Amino acid sequence: MYERHILICAGTGCISSGTREVKEALENELIKHNLQDKVRIILSGCHGFCEKGPIFIVYPEDIFYCEVKAEDMPELVEEYLVKGNIVERLLYKDPTTAGTVTSHEEIPFYSRQKRQVLRNCGVIDPENIDEYIIRGGYIGLKKALGMEPLEIVNTVKSSGLRGRGGAGFPTGMKWEFAHRSPGDKKYVVCNADEGDPGAFMDRSVLEGDPHAVLEGLIIAGRAIGSDEAYIYVRAEYPLAVRRLRTAIAQAEEYGLIGQNILNSGANFKINIKEGAGAFVCGEETALLASIEGERGMPRPRPPFPAVKGLWGKPTCINNVETLANVPLILRNGADWYSAVGTEGSKGTKIFALTGKVNNTGLCEVPMGISLREIVFDIGGGIRGGKKYKAVQIGGPSGGCIPESLLDLPVDFDSLTAAGAMMGSGGMVVMDEDTCMVDLARYFLSFTQRESCGKCTPCREGTKRMLEILERITRGKGEPEDIPRLEKLAVAVKDSSLCGLGQTAPNPVLTTLRYFRDEYEAHIFDRRCPAGLCRDLLTYYIDAEVCTGCRSCVKACPAEAISGEKKEPHAIDEAKCISCGACFDRCKFGAVKTK
Amino acid sequence: MISLTINGQRVEVEPETTILQAAEKLGIFIPTFCYDPELTLVGACRMCVVEVEKARALVASCCTPVGEGMVVHTDTERVHAARKANLNLLLANHPLDCLTCEKTGNCRLQDYCYLYGVSESEYSGDRKNYEPDATNPFFVRNMNKCILCGLCVRKCHEINGAGAIEFMNRGFDSKVTAAFDDPLENSSCVFCGMCVDACPVGALTPKQGLRKGRPWELTAVKTVCPYCGTGCGLELYVKGNEIVGIKGDALSPVNRGLTCVKGHFGIDFLQSPERLTRPLIRKNGELVESSWEEALELVAGKLKEVKGTELAGLSSARATNEENYLFQKLLRSLGTNNIDHCARL
Amino acid sequence: MTNSIGEIENAQALFVIGSNTTETHPVIGYRVKMAQKKGASLIVADPRRIELAEYADVFLQLRPGTNEALLNGMINVIIQEGLADEGFIRERTEGYEEMAAAVLKYTPEYVEGITGVAAEDLRQAARLYAGADSAAILYTMGITQHTKGTDSVLAVANLAMVSGNIGKPCSGVNPLRGQNNVQGACDMGALPVVFTGYQRVDNEDALSKFKKAWGVKLNSQPGLTVTEIFDSILQGKIKALYVMGENPALSDANLHHVMEALEKLDFLVVQDIFLTETAALADVVLPAAAFAEKQGTFTNTERRVQMVRQAVNPPGEAKPDWLILQELAYKLGIEWHYETPEDIFQEIALLTPSYAGISYQRLEEEGGLQWPCTDGEHPGTPYLHQGKFSRGKGLFTPVEYRPPAEEPDEEYPLVLTTGRNLFHYHTGTMTRRSNGINAFKPEEMVQISIDDAARLGINEGDMVEITSRRGHVKARAAVTEKVPPGIIFMTFHFHEAAANLLTNNEVDPVAKIPELKVCAVKVEKTEP
Repeated sequence: MYERHILICAGTGCISSGTREVKEALENELIKHNLQDKVRIILSGCHGFCEKGPIFIVYPEDIFYCEVKAEDMPELVEEYLVKGNIVERLLYKDPTTAGTVTSHEEIPFYSRQKRQVLRNCGVIDPENIDEYIIRGGYIGLKKALGMEPLEIVNTVKSSGLRGRGGAGFPTGMKWEFAHRSPGDKKYVVCNADEGDPGAFMDRSVLEGDPHAVLEGLIIAGRAIGSDEAYIYVRAEYPLAVRRLRTAIAQAEEYGLIGQNILNSGANFKINIKEGAGAFVCGEETALLASIEGERGMPRPRPPFPAVKGLWGKPTCINNVETLANVPLILRNGADWYSAVGTEGSKGTKIFALTGKVNNTGLCEVPMGISLREIVFDIGGGIRGGKKYKAVQIGGPSGGCIPESLLDLPVDFDSLTAAGAMMGSGGMVVMDEDTCMVDLARYFLSFTQRESCGKCTPCREGTKRMLEILERITRGKGEPEDIPRLEKLAVAVKDSSLCGLGQTAPNPVLTTLRYFRDEYEAHIFDRRCPAGLCRDLLTYYIDAEVCTGCRSCVKACPAEAISGEKKEPHAIDEAKCISCGACFDRCKFGAVKTK
Repeated sequence: MISLTINGQRVEVEPETTILQAAEKLGIFIPTFCYDPELTLVGACRMCVVEVEKARALVASCCTPVGEGMVVHTDTERVHAARKANLNLLLANHPLDCLTCEKTGNCRLQDYCYLYGVSESEYSGDRKNYEPDATNPFFVRNMNKCILCGLCVRKCHEINGAGAIEFMNRGFDSKVTAAFDDPLENSSCVFCGMCVDACPVGALTPKQGLRKGRPWELTAVKTVCPYCGTGCGLELYVKGNEIVGIKGDALSPVNRGLTCVKGHFGIDFLQSPERLTRPLIRKNGELVESSWEEALELVAGKLKEVKGTELAGLSSARATNEENYLFQKLLRSLGTNNIDHCARL
Repeated sequence: MTNSIGEIENAQALFVIGSNTTETHPVIGYRVKMAQKKGASLIVADPRRIELAEYADVFLQLRPGTNEALLNGMINVIIQEGLADEGFIRERTEGYEEMAAAVLKYTPEYVEGITGVAAEDLRQAARLYAGADSAAILYTMGITQHTKGTDSVLAVANLAMVSGNIGKPCSGVNPLRGQNNVQGACDMGALPVVFTGYQRVDNEDALSKFKKAWGVKLNSQPGLTVTEIFDSILQGKIKALYVMGENPALSDANLHHVMEALEKLDFLVVQDIFLTETAALADVVLPAAAFAEKQGTFTNTERRVQMVRQAVNPPGEAKPDWLILQELAYKLGIEWHYETPEDIFQEIALLTPSYAGISYQRLEEEGGLQWPCTDGEHPGTPYLHQGKFSRGKGLFTPVEYRPPAEEPDEEYPLVLTTGRNLFHYHTGTMTRRSNGINAFKPEEMVQISIDDAARLGINEGDMVEITSRRGHVKARAAVTEKVPPGIIFMTFHFHEAAANLLTNNEVDPVAKIPELKVCAVKVEKTEP
């Protein structure tokens, strides 16, 4: 009988922060103290608070240690497990109050969340099906198997669930199309090609609670009349792939997949297809082409996949997070589900909070929560006490939301109205040091690189937009560039073939809408208000601070810095090429910009 | 039947008809680059975009089926803006060497730029910079002119089946190439030339007609291929007394414009210096040139000498019906049925 | 062809036997591949792994010269498995019982012993072919160029009839004719036994009709075929030969025999566009116009008569063949007054029932007509034998398998089979003088299997000498998986490596076709 359970987070983030080493050190210490039969170590899925990883929770007391290292294990075992003294220095410190907390429920990062989809992540061992089942897993499936397919469709319809992959299409309606589409063979496909830079909620669900996705898939199959599924997952997610394979094998063993599942007479097979990392393969028709072994290029819709999808058969494609919601809906009912959220957006949404906030990580919040709550309460505000500037929502296809809209309720329709989009739920917070033109340039360089090249507006248009943005950030912008950019952005949005091209101009359009003054400053004043665009900076040496060490003189490739040893140096602006080498080299902060 | 309105005109069409086809029925012109009704519809070039009321974005008319009560506008300001932007973008990445380009006068990019008044691009910046590939004996591939409509790729895969070319790279670096970006002659290409006929711009140019004439100087003569028994319709493009171009006849019920290497690139034997131009008579063991009068006199004399079945004749599976008819009529009139041709070979 | 080319795409099953369609009839080959992509079952039978084999549902790689056994085997399966179309057999055919009795012994296992095709593959092929609602057979010289080619053609007909796959759209028997106007040349009576439209010279009515129309005396004795003509020359019975646009010095089997005959002639006149291998031996050579230099009509493999139009003038003093013939007739004192090809065509239509409804005016307006087209209102005939066969009832003919005339032995251990490639055409008179094509494919490459090549120490590109009982040639080797061990393949396009120096001139007793598809040879590595 174990006296204690220790959960160590084994999400990708924590593993890269040292989970494996921590576990090994802990095992050694337990043996040293002969505790190996009293303390059980569980490698759990992601806890979401990646900023503070590796996360280390001791039950039954619920003591939340964070940023633990292998070297901390002797002390932790000796002091806490043996003597019962809490190791203060490994507890979480609230950045606002500077006080420490012991239980994770007291941490604001967690207390403002509503962890429905992530309920198992960080709690169960994702490689053990029993733990999923104990927590109510596969009850939804059992219920679904006792229902008529159309009943399942109607339940999902009335739950108000909308697709979490981007456009927010009502899931029940999608299922109904596929259900009504005639065909002896149909497919369900799980889109696990999470391509947005900065988004990792799908990875966390796959790694932390893979059975939830499988259960959702089987229910979807039952609803539309399909006996075969594909999970299209990025090959860059090896841990997710491994845990999915383990989960599929276990579910097969338990008779949840395979022939005559749970004696219902229904069969179901799940295949895994690893994607090669093209962003466009997150687009459903390109994804299908990729599964078929073709080059991942979108196809025109209609025909929609529900009518003519994988290998020409009716196909229902849902994203990971969408599918992970489904077992909850079946288990608890549509009314339970739709009690959370807003009129048009039900349930919760997971966001990957990154950028200049104190608490980066994964958070699940009810639809309709304000952006302010996410950034300041859950995210703990802007790092280093800097000023909030904007948050980019929806990845490269999304848009940025300025301070004036911080109280915007976060749901599908409000975000779209504000020029952004829910997307997959990437949320990059920016402070006053972020140049919004440079931000647009960054996202355009991503979409341009990831454009499949099929349609003219996206292939050529994103390239020209990128070139204009590069020109502006290099101080070579022309007054006509703003109208040129606007015209082009509208044309690309209006006439591209697929979602990638249709949304690629969003970062440009929203930054132009909310931060036009920054563009104008770059073009007319040759100035970057955030002080980020190097070509627009003027470097000078603060004579008060300069020690005359000559290291900047040696670093300068343009021989623009002069000055004797131990005398303050000076930069010749005419010769300076604004490379920043002196700025990087100076140990005293004497090189400054204006 | 589905009823819809295009530019204020009502039209009734079969279900599954595309907006483009419905517009064609009304005689409304919509520009296209990547459209070919024989091939998969890809909606790639976006030239054919139109405005459909209640639709979020513009739709590609070539691959969007009509819907009951649909209201379509093909010539609004929004549509024109998108098409102009499209041409602007293509032009920004296309050599403007129309003065010497073989395609001038028969180039859809040129035609549409004319139609929409796009004379130069609003955008400057990177351009494709590939070495033109002239290594195969049949045509030159200049990928700098390619607008990536993909007609050539689909012809190659869907009609020929050779699958010699595909798109390589992504985004701005996209390029149509053979495997490993090798020259075509190292690929599975069989040089049917259908890609060349399909190209809407000057990216693929047959070598036969280089510098030999502008489209408006050429006369098209429809005839039948002289090779195998399929009997494909060909269009021969003639300037003066020279054939400078060949295409499959799209209206021929036999081949609907499809060709193989022989029909497309193998007709230049007509201009061979080895052609026989004067009758030859064997004198002292040597064949020497003669007049028609002398040659025919000689033949007639010899044919009169032999008696009936001492004469035999081989007619030709390459000659016309009329000629075969006359040949057998002549020999039979001379009293012999010893007439055959190489039907068995 | 009993069907039209356009019907191929819509067939539910296609059986391609003895036809390397994608190389010899590329545009028809596209249609076959498109049909397969649209869901048609494709059965391919060929000794070589040709391109279509890659598309096939069943590929039957039979030994050369075993077609009749394979076809009988398929019929055997169809009858045994109850797939025969009994209604069709009862109402539309005769002679079924005798044929059925003859195929009884051709069980798939027995056939496997002859053809090398696995019994199960044969069953599968028979089921796919007979089970489809519409099924078309495509064949070419792989069926006919054998000493028992006639038997093979009869077996093809038996197969089509036993499954009722004829006389319907997309269902029929389709020999793909090899040359642009070989169909027309036959239709026009360029054959020893018939006038135009297959009216026999020994038929009293036909004879008197043509005598009257032409105003001359006519011989009612059937004439000789090409192969017989050369034999007769050597026997001294034929003294003069008039060759119009043919090149027997390269195209015919056993060229030594042909050359000997051509040299023995008292008088040889050759009318052509180039100084061909045959023309080089002539006493008189007459320069002719090529297809694009004259007007006329060609009839393609689907019986479609199409207009040929003049694009350019003939070079120098060259003249269209019809004009040369008219001028020669004048010299011979024969009263002809043809001023245009259309004058000639009108006479053809008048004397040929199947062409009676065709005129230049209709061809211009309607763009090609498929015979039979019996009057000015007749729309042409896309497919033959609808409701009734031309002869009334379809006749089943029992066919027995016989081995080829020459089989490999110790001295000549390999089988040579010949054909064409995609790039060249026939004896190369035209394609060898096309700059691009000749630059791309300048020489013969003998296809030899990997096993045989290894055994003989031959590498890709090595020069080899191929020897048969009749002659020997040198060519480079292409070591390939396309041919199975024991078989080599050559084309007859290249005079430098003339395959017909090797081929066997034994002929089919009925059709007089030489056995170009099978002869015994040996191969040795040699110096260039």
